[in-house]
Amino acid sequence: MIADLWLHPGLILMAGALFLPLVKGRFFRPFLLLVPVLAFGAVLWMPKGVFGVFPFLEWDLTFGRVDRLSLVFAYIMTLMCIIGTLYGLHVENPFEMAAAWIYVAGSLGVIFAGDFLVLFLFWEVMAFSSVFLVWFRRRPESLGAGFRFLLVHAAGGMVLLAGIVLLYHATGDLGFHLLDVSRPTLPVYLILVGFILNAAVPPLHAWLPDAYGEATVSGAVFMCAFTTKTAVYALARGFAGMEILIPLGVVMALYGVVYAVLENDARRLLAYHIISQVGYMVAGVGIGTELAINGACAHAFAHILYKGLLFMGVGSVLYMTGKSRFTDLGGLYSRMPRAFVFTLIGGLSISAFPLFSGFVSKSIIVAAGFEDHLYWAAFLLTLASAGTFLHTGLKVPYFIWFGKNNCTNGTWEKAKDPPLHMQLAMGIAAFLCIFIGVYTPYLYDMLPYAATYEPYTAYHVTESMQILLFTALGFFIFLKKLTPEALISLDMDWFYRMGGRVFRLGAGKGMDYLSTRAQQYLGEALPRRLNTFFQSGPARLSLLLIRPLWYLTGVTVKGPDGVEKRFTDTFNRSLFTIGSTAVFTIIMLMVLLFFIT
Amino acid sequence: MIVDLIEFLRNRLKRVIQVCCVILALLVGFDALLLDKDKAHTAAENMWGFWALFGFVSCVVIIFVSKWFGKLGITRQEDYYDR
Repeated sequence: MIADLWLHPGLILMAGALFLPLVKGRFFRPFLLLVPVLAFGAVLWMPKGVFGVFPFLEWDLTFGRVDRLSLVFAYIMTLMCIIGTLYGLHVENPFEMAAAWIYVAGSLGVIFAGDFLVLFLFWEVMAFSSVFLVWFRRRPESLGAGFRFLLVHAAGGMVLLAGIVLLYHATGDLGFHLLDVSRPTLPVYLILVGFILNAAVPPLHAWLPDAYGEATVSGAVFMCAFTTKTAVYALARGFAGMEILIPLGVVMALYGVVYAVLENDARRLLAYHIISQVGYMVAGVGIGTELAINGACAHAFAHILYKGLLFMGVGSVLYMTGKSRFTDLGGLYSRMPRAFVFTLIGGLSISAFPLFSGFVSKSIIVAAGFEDHLYWAAFLLTLASAGTFLHTGLKVPYFIWFGKNNCTNGTWEKAKDPPLHMQLAMGIAAFLCIFIGVYTPYLYDMLPYAATYEPYTAYHVTESMQILLFTALGFFIFLKKLTPEALISLDMDWFYRMGGRVFRLGAGKGMDYLSTRAQQYLGEALPRRLNTFFQSGPARLSLLLIRPLWYLTGVTVKGPDGVEKRFTDTFNRSLFTIGSTAVFTIIMLMVLLFFIT
Repeated sequence: MIVDLIEFLRNRLKRVIQVCCVILALLVGFDALLLDKDKAHTAAENMWGFWALFGFVSCVVIIFVSKWFGKLGITRQEDYYDR
């Protein structure tokens, strides 16, 4: 009976989130820790198979498709939920943690979803809960960033839904499994767009640095782990081997690196490096071999931990000092030494230093690229990894903890190592980063496919050490070039941040122009011309007919004594003119009437 | 303890730099003389110090291309969106 019982870990988190605001006093913090631990336990003891199938209208909705691919993601996400909750233990606002849990539950819902309807449901839960992690920072900027985040994701969700509906219409199947990536149709592309928006593939990526840079200290720790990695899972499940993902992934890897050079805000820099790192995973999914998918999963696993660690390290500086820009920080090693060490471990892990987690995960994807003879992709990904070390491994630690001291007296006084629970959370993440790097079976045994990889060969270690250490040499030689400046860089969000302004300005000016011109032509010139036309039109028309006759008879036509002048004078004076004008008008009206009806 | 170690190294910065240079030289030397290159993916990697050069050139390319890119009008004053 117990074996048949399947409890969705997302349900545990959602129930926890519902009860959280009711839990008060000394039970609050134990309850905070208990709920994610229970969710993690539910994943640990979860049997494989298909569970939670509910009939709904004409469909069977599957909430629990459990296999190796979903389990590895669920494992690391619930683990990260424990670490993130521990890190955010100081948060007094119960709704912030509740939003974070519902957000994680959304991710888990997507991961265990067996069909597109359930997937879409939880996809939206993620967007609508994580936005609160931005809003709860309660700055005017956060409000704007949150709304932009929500609008972009709502648009992405609509595209995804359109794809799902069209796919169902075409195939009659709602099941979420590998789509036809060799002959993709419109619905497949629409679903792909929905997925890669969440994976932050340029040009659909700008929501990420925009929102993560504005999120709360602990909110950013959650956000950096779930949205993009859930998208990586969805891509690995539905789009393995879709070749367009290889160039997209490589572009992501390089794009993040370029923007990281220009970035002055440490958390936005880390956000750009999420784009870069998720690029490896997207490229891995595109390569699509068993080894590459294993690599994408392994890298997502390692990434959640080291990126969480980095956001915790930099977040602790923000939490203690209120600053996250390099131009407000510097020289803090003596004030926050532990935060420095933890961040450095995160930095070495993301840079794929031997004995750290990135080394055993990132290299699987690069190796899969080389194995598939995709040399350009493999070399460019290696180039991007030099950039990763340059920024996250060197620039972030150097310009916060060393370098020029830009701290004001107030910042310097406030800078101390963060509270114990934050250090503990960082310690656990740092330990796991090293543990994964040292003891490879821990991660490798969890991967979905049987394809094996051995990272610790003499060649690979020497290769990596040369790349990394000579990148470091370049960093110290060109240190002056890398000195952060108090600037921001424009990104694709410009289009929807300034697009509105440009539209308003354009619409205003355009309307002004249109109204002046309308007044000029429709209000003044046209009536004047019509007036002239109806006054002298009949005379002129008659002249047109009669003039050739005059020429034939030989009378003087032009001049003051000419017959033409006399004719027009008579025409203008005579009652006949009025009559003829009336007749003429009636004819015109009838013609108009004819055309209208 | 961490602070002591950092200050110990900072006080001997010249020696630290020397040691680092020696490590870099040893690494390239190992690559040139001892390393079995059976696992190389492409022919270019048989050149000694290929990955060292690759790492250094990557670093330089990334710094200069990004800075150039930023100068194209991508970097703006911080109050750009508030104006």
